[in-house]
Amino acid sequence: MSWKLASCLIAVVAILFITACQSDENLEFKRYYSSGALVYQQHCQNCHGAGGEGLSALIPPLSDSIYLRKNLTALPCYIKNGLKGSITIKGKTFEDVMPANDLSPVEIAQVLTYIGNSFDNKLSTIDEQSVQKNLASCH
Amino acid sequence: MRNTLIGLVAILLWSACKSGSDKQKLPIYGNRAPVTKMVNGKQVTDTIYQTIPSFKFVNQYGDSISNKTLNGNIYVVDFFFTTCPSICPIMHRNMLKVYKTFKSTGNFKIISHTIDPKHDSVPVLKKYADKLGITDNSWWFLQGKKEDIYTIAEKNYLVAVKQDSSAAGGYIHAGYFVLIDKQKRIRGSYDGTDPKQVDQLIDDIKVLQSEPDQMIVQ
Repeated sequence: MSWKLASCLIAVVAILFITACQSDENLEFKRYYSSGALVYQQHCQNCHGAGGEGLSALIPPLSDSIYLRKNLTALPCYIKNGLKGSITIKGKTFEDVMPANDLSPVEIAQVLTYIGNSFDNKLSTIDEQSVQKNLASCH
Repeated sequence: MRNTLIGLVAILLWSACKSGSDKQKLPIYGNRAPVTKMVNGKQVTDTIYQTIPSFKFVNQYGDSISNKTLNGNIYVVDFFFTTCPSICPIMHRNMLKVYKTFKSTGNFKIISHTIDPKHDSVPVLKKYADKLGITDNSWWFLQGKKEDIYTIAEKNYLVAVKQDSSAAGGYIHAGYFVLIDKQKRIRGSYDGTDPKQVDQLIDDIKVLQSEPDQMIVQ
């Protein structure tokens, strides 16, 4: 057996080991995150931008980790029913209306996981169960 | 010897590309008609190009803006509405790049027509412009009679717009940025939702700015 083939084999085995070692939690996160990226492109990106940068004082950026953390339980409601009234993001006031988005609970969980872990945000996985629970208590 | 040859070929290729870009010219869109006239006893044939006809709208400051206000300007046109949930934010995010590139060059304007003049009154447009960060006279948000806006969009700037209650926000419209030269002729049309095409628009405006001023056909 040539050295090249042998080293290839070792590499493959190593990769298998690494993926096997990934926890279920991590896999769940990756599934939510990658599906969330697609939901984001289809439903959020036009307004909030590919980099979550928003648009001047019209549309808020999605990179205010403190706001996201504070409003974690209300975020599913904001996505599902839209958002009216004035909010403060990164010290700036935004007062325009966000339209409602007719997404399923799992899509909301996916897109929140994506947003919560992109644009310098670091939240954990936001799963379907917690979204469903929070949706039940929307105002 | 071999190296010299490669070097020579490289130089040739480079200069070929360079002379190509030096002579870059933008097409002129629309119908054209030949006109024959006598100049100093000689018969001369000239071309009359299709141009943007006269119009009158009001901008976000309440100033009346007509085709004459834009005389001597290169300008970019689009159609939007402030409550548009679909393509408008992405169009104006891209248009901001155009604005920032040319706002201080002079003889350049951006005009964005609202296709929902009933909701988008002058104060609504002013607020929108303020929030977008536009406080000067390089980018105007225009309001006017609905028929006038729809007619000029479809007949002259060749951008489709239509009211449709089944569409998101109540209107269907195309997100084109249309480039108009100082002679009021269409020189380009770009998908305002595509950053690559908007970069092309920015390059084309530079080409247009370096074009020698011609006799203004009116």
